[in-house]
Amino acid sequence: MKKSTISSMLAATSGMLVSGAVWADYQLNLREPQSALARDVYDLHTMINLVCLVIFIVVFGAMFYSIWKHRKSVGHKAAHFHESTTVEIIWTIIPFFILIGMAYPATKSVLEMKDTSNPDMTIKVTGYQWKWEYDYLKDGVKFMSTLKTPREQIENQQAKGEHYLLEVDNELVVPVNKKVRVLLTAGDVIHAWWVPELAVKQDAIPGFIRDAWFKSETTGTFRGQCVELCGKDHAFMPIVVKVVTQEEFDAWLASKKQGAATAAAENTKTFTQDELMAKGEQVYNTNCAACHQANGMGVPGAFPAISGSKVATGPIDAHIKLVLNGKPGTAMAAFGGQLSEADVAAVVTFQRNGLGNSVGDMAQPSQVAGLKGGAEAAAPAGN
Amino acid sequence: MAHDAAHAHDAGDHGGHHGHPTGIMRWLTTTNHKDIGSLYLWFAGIMFLVAGSMALIIRAELFQPGLQVVNPDFFNQMTTLHGLIMVFGVIMPAWAGFANWQIPLMIGAPDMAFPRMNNWGFWVLPVAGALLIISLFMPGGGVAGGWTMYPPLFIQGGISYDMTIFAVHILGASSIMGSINIITTILNMRAPGMTLMKMPLFVWTWLITAYLLIATVPVLAGAVTMLLTDRNFDTHFFNAAGGGDPVMFQHIFWFFGHPEVYILILPAFGVVSQIIPTFARKPLFGYASMVYATASIAILSFIVWAHHMFTVGMPAAAQLFFMYSTMLIAVPTGVKVFNWVATMWKGSMTFETPMLFSVAFVCLFTIGGFSGLVCAMTPVDIQIHDTYYVVAHFHYVLVSGALFAIIAGVYYWLPKWTGHMYDEKLGKWHFWLSTISMNITFFPMHFLGLAGMPRRYADYALQFAEFNAIASVGAFIFGASQLIFLWVILKAIRGGNKATDQVWEGAEGLEWTVPSPAPYHTFETAPVVK
Amino acid sequence: MASQTGGYYLPAPSHWPIVGSVALLLMALGGTFMINGVGGGWLLWVGLAILTVMLFGWFGTVIRESEGGKHNKQVDLSFRWAMSWFIFSEVMFFAAFFGALFYMRVLSVPWLGSGDTLEQLWSGFNATWPTAGPGLEADGYKFTPMGAWGIPAINTLLLLTSGATVTWAHWGLKKGNRSQLVLGLFLTVALGLAFLSLQVYEYMHAYSELGLTLGAGAYGATFFMLTGFHGFHVTVGTLMLIVILGRSIKGHFTAEHHFGFEGVAWYWHFVDVVWLGLFIFVYWLV
Ligand code: HEA
Ligand code: HEA
Ligand code: HEC
Ligand code: CUA
Ligand SMILES: [Cu+2]
Repeated sequence: MKKSTISSMLAATSGMLVSGAVWADYQLNLREPQSALARDVYDLHTMINLVCLVIFIVVFGAMFYSIWKHRKSVGHKAAHFHESTTVEIIWTIIPFFILIGMAYPATKSVLEMKDTSNPDMTIKVTGYQWKWEYDYLKDGVKFMSTLKTPREQIENQQAKGEHYLLEVDNELVVPVNKKVRVLLTAGDVIHAWWVPELAVKQDAIPGFIRDAWFKSETTGTFRGQCVELCGKDHAFMPIVVKVVTQEEFDAWLASKKQGAATAAAENTKTFTQDELMAKGEQVYNTNCAACHQANGMGVPGAFPAISGSKVATGPIDAHIKLVLNGKPGTAMAAFGGQLSEADVAAVVTFQRNGLGNSVGDMAQPSQVAGLKGGAEAAAPAGN
Repeated sequence: MAHDAAHAHDAGDHGGHHGHPTGIMRWLTTTNHKDIGSLYLWFAGIMFLVAGSMALIIRAELFQPGLQVVNPDFFNQMTTLHGLIMVFGVIMPAWAGFANWQIPLMIGAPDMAFPRMNNWGFWVLPVAGALLIISLFMPGGGVAGGWTMYPPLFIQGGISYDMTIFAVHILGASSIMGSINIITTILNMRAPGMTLMKMPLFVWTWLITAYLLIATVPVLAGAVTMLLTDRNFDTHFFNAAGGGDPVMFQHIFWFFGHPEVYILILPAFGVVSQIIPTFARKPLFGYASMVYATASIAILSFIVWAHHMFTVGMPAAAQLFFMYSTMLIAVPTGVKVFNWVATMWKGSMTFETPMLFSVAFVCLFTIGGFSGLVCAMTPVDIQIHDTYYVVAHFHYVLVSGALFAIIAGVYYWLPKWTGHMYDEKLGKWHFWLSTISMNITFFPMHFLGLAGMPRRYADYALQFAEFNAIASVGAFIFGASQLIFLWVILKAIRGGNKATDQVWEGAEGLEWTVPSPAPYHTFETAPVVK
Repeated sequence: MASQTGGYYLPAPSHWPIVGSVALLLMALGGTFMINGVGGGWLLWVGLAILTVMLFGWFGTVIRESEGGKHNKQVDLSFRWAMSWFIFSEVMFFAAFFGALFYMRVLSVPWLGSGDTLEQLWSGFNATWPTAGPGLEADGYKFTPMGAWGIPAINTLLLLTSGATVTWAHWGLKKGNRSQLVLGLFLTVALGLAFLSLQVYEYMHAYSELGLTLGAGAYGATFFMLTGFHGFHVTVGTLMLIVILGRSIKGHFTAEHHFGFEGVAWYWHFVDVVWLGLFIFVYWLV
């Protein structure tokens, strides 16, 4: 009985190993590659898996054969040999050559991955707790991308949608068959930007720019996630890349530019209290509620309440400044670089007059702009 | 001869020569290597239940998509403390416990070189453990930055983070005291005739492990000290605004961290190299090459650290260097695996529980080694870094590697420690349940990682649901199986068939020449090794 | 449980370690509370006091055992191994900070001042060492680095001389010339104290006149961490030398048996060597 269990265990484990290599449809393997680079990685992985599988079968074939045959219970008497320089040399050298065989294609892929020269376009990607900012450097288009899945689905009060946790409000849109270079950085802590189908994963490190590139060969929507622990909502900052044709891309870009112009116009506008409150609530829910909570009560010990907060009910300039510059060394980030002046004005007004507070005053974009000087240069995270 | 000297003492003679404290004071003040060994092992066992329970909270939350059991912040606290406690509070103390019990017995020394310091090396551990656990109840919650403590996230946290840093300092102090003691004992207290190349392999692997500890733990202490000053005293080591770099922490951490994983596994290699020859009734194949392979692994471990950082954006030359050096470790590790198989080859094998766990170790550790090699291939790692593939990799080398070897070692030496044979039938149940459920738990994680599930995630997309559910079920079975282990140990302590001195038919070495249980004092007159 | 005469000395059960553990627990808790300003910081001082008592008690016991002739050759050799590897671990502790210094000087600061990082994030940053870093400099942070040829050079001389005096004291001990031993140790202690006083003065100067603080970016952080931990080691070394001096005056040690002295001397030389590294890489080659 014992023997059969052992051998069936072996069969099961090696079976599972094989499956890792070939049953791609069952999501046992890497996702279907969508670029030449991703395909190279896929093939490299398959190759290594097969090599390991063969070694595994040979070595453990021998071991289980021995376990089968060289047991005391079948009367096998122990031999006495305990060394052989020849054998030892052989099994030191052979793995060495196998490794060289593996290293060769891997080296090629590394060099290919690292070659970010001659891109067709460059996008700066900035990670924040817990959202991504995309900045099309040449085109002046810049926007935030946050999780779209409703809280109710996460808290199991609503059925989960097809793209649960993998959907965002603003996707990154890029043209097909173009070499896209991404410049990564972060505003607070380290994040990592990953799109499996395109084999691009790069840490976003505050204060430094790192680059990577991808070139999708097909149109479609590819979903990835943040893969560096970045605090409590690490699991809730997905990445969605929409690869479209060049024409669709151009049209999309034009409409975005239009939108940017309207947004810029807002920064010089004077709002009414009601407008600010409506806009502020929206800004609050996408940017602040993750920590300070939708009801403004915060999380005791970790995130202060806005309701009744000394800052949110105190002098307005100090309140605006805190939102612009954040509080170094805490999770309270500098929002000056992330939100437009109109957004800051709105959210500050909302915090002062909503969430149980009723100070009565309001902030205008122009006032925010006046307080902004030097804020952008402020240190990202830490002290 | 050694035999008689040891037998001269009554097995029950715990009092020793002059009046020894009894009760709790015995344990608090003891300078006896066997007492201290037991303390280490019990501490490791208790912490295993603590950290294992945290793993079960993780697995309960991940049983289904959505947030059911805990909030994401608490989830991260569980992940962090699970990792920290398993590494520093379970595996390392367990190995220190083995070292204390076995090294003096195996080399014919009367005790460790510095018995008092030995006591302190143990008794600072509960302090560190207490700090880690107290930190959970601090305002703002426990540490949630991952066991790797990367800044700037680690700089953001509250009181518990400083407490954790001090706990790490204290754990480091314990490791330094322990390893100085072990090195000195091995180099200076061997019985006459016990040349270095006659030492049992467990002693060899610990000697090398102790060197790894001495060389890397102070570096970790330095790294967390910089975290402390960045957090509290306005330094900018890890902040670009001041000319520092968050990635620098990672370099320093992994300069410690990679050798650390070999600190966890080398003693395991040692234990397995003791057990397999015993149950194959055949000497270890390639003793000398085992020693050289261990040393090579240790030396190589200092130049591979950045394979944990392939996605930070290093220059291609650095990526290639770390890829090649990491791959090289497969060679000496392979030598070990082949030697174990060759030891079994044409032996006369029996399969008592220690042997079963050792055989499973060889097989499953190799699976973990292979997945490590997959991680080592930079382009592939860039896909699987920080996904469950890595989680699968390191649980294969840690659970079915380090932990299984600890379990095997406990079964192997339990009769020597307690004087009673353990319950073989329950041992076999423990083995089969553990081995099967361990694979159910961790094998599917390879698939999860390849398919794209990131690690340290409290919630995940729907396509990962099935494998997560399977893994969670496996984890609960695995956890429950460990209760059998606890029961077997308690049963053997309380009674059972008397163990002979040699215990196992094929066992060789000085520890099997003294009575079972080993008397409180052994080898006060050094045995002579031929 | 002293073993049979002539054997390896094994101490009886001792309560000092557990006292030390309690001290560490209090210190860790107190330290945590203190730096977070939540009250309870006094626990640190209680812990420190207990630790001091423990060190006196523990080392007192060891000294009595040593003078009581319980340490045979083999025990002596154990001490030598232990002290060597302890010093090695200290070397690795300093290596972490030297590593940080080299990393910043050679890698991170130049990265911050070049390529996309410079262009996108820190435009205008002039990456030359010493620096307080791009963010602090943009905010107008200024400091003057510490010159090498003033106090630091004098300190180098002091420490090098003290290395010589401790060796001279050792020669005295080996020859059985006790006054040479005592005088040599006394000079070493005096040089150590002089070094420390000058360092305190240097720190005050840095803080009050040079704008050089722990917060002065990469340069300030490495400067104070390296020199600070070194200064801490000099302090510990000086305390140990004082103990050894007291013991020498009391007539401890013999020409053959004096590991207590040698261990401290090794430690002192180690501190000396670290200083040379500091002098070259922190002060001189700026
Ligand atoms: C006991 C602990 C242990 C051990 C022994 C190992 C062993 C190895 N590890 Fe693992 N590793 C960890 C614990 C361990 N690891 C942990 C804890 C992490 C995660 C840390 C974190 O981020 O939290 C990690 C992460 C980790 C990474 C980073 C992954 C990532 O984050 O992206 C990498 C990458 O290279 C890696 C590689 C390896 C390699 C190549 C080995 C090799 O030593 C394996 C060598 C063994 C074999 C290869 C099998 C036997 C050999 C043969 C049968 C010979 C023939 C074989 C061939 C020729 C192929 N490990
Ligand atoms: C030696 C080290 C070690 C060991 C033994 C284990 C053991 C286990 N580990 Fe862990 N693990 C790590 C080291 C280890 N781990 C590390 C370093 C990390 C990384 C942390 C980080 O990312 O920072 C990690 C991370 C980690 C994760 C990823 C978390 C995340 O990314 O968010 C998961 C998820 O499943 C996991 C699961 C488990 C399980 C189920 C076990 C099981 O084997 C545990 C089994 C034990 C018990 C269950 C306890 C005993 C039984 C009882 C208490 C009785 C009660 C139980 C029942 C009645 C059922 N571990
Ligand atoms: C990542 C978590 C996080 C997010 C997101 C966040 N905050 Fe905060 N916030 C904090 C923390 C932590 C503090 C407390 C800082 C401290 O220690 O003083 C804080 C403090 C504040 C305070 C001062 C409260 C007081 O009484 O001290 C205000 C006002 C505030 N935040 C506004 C905002 C606004 C507006 C937004 C969104 C645009 C926002 N926060 C988003 C974490 C966050
Ligand atoms: Cu952002 Cu994880
Ligand atoms: Cu590693």
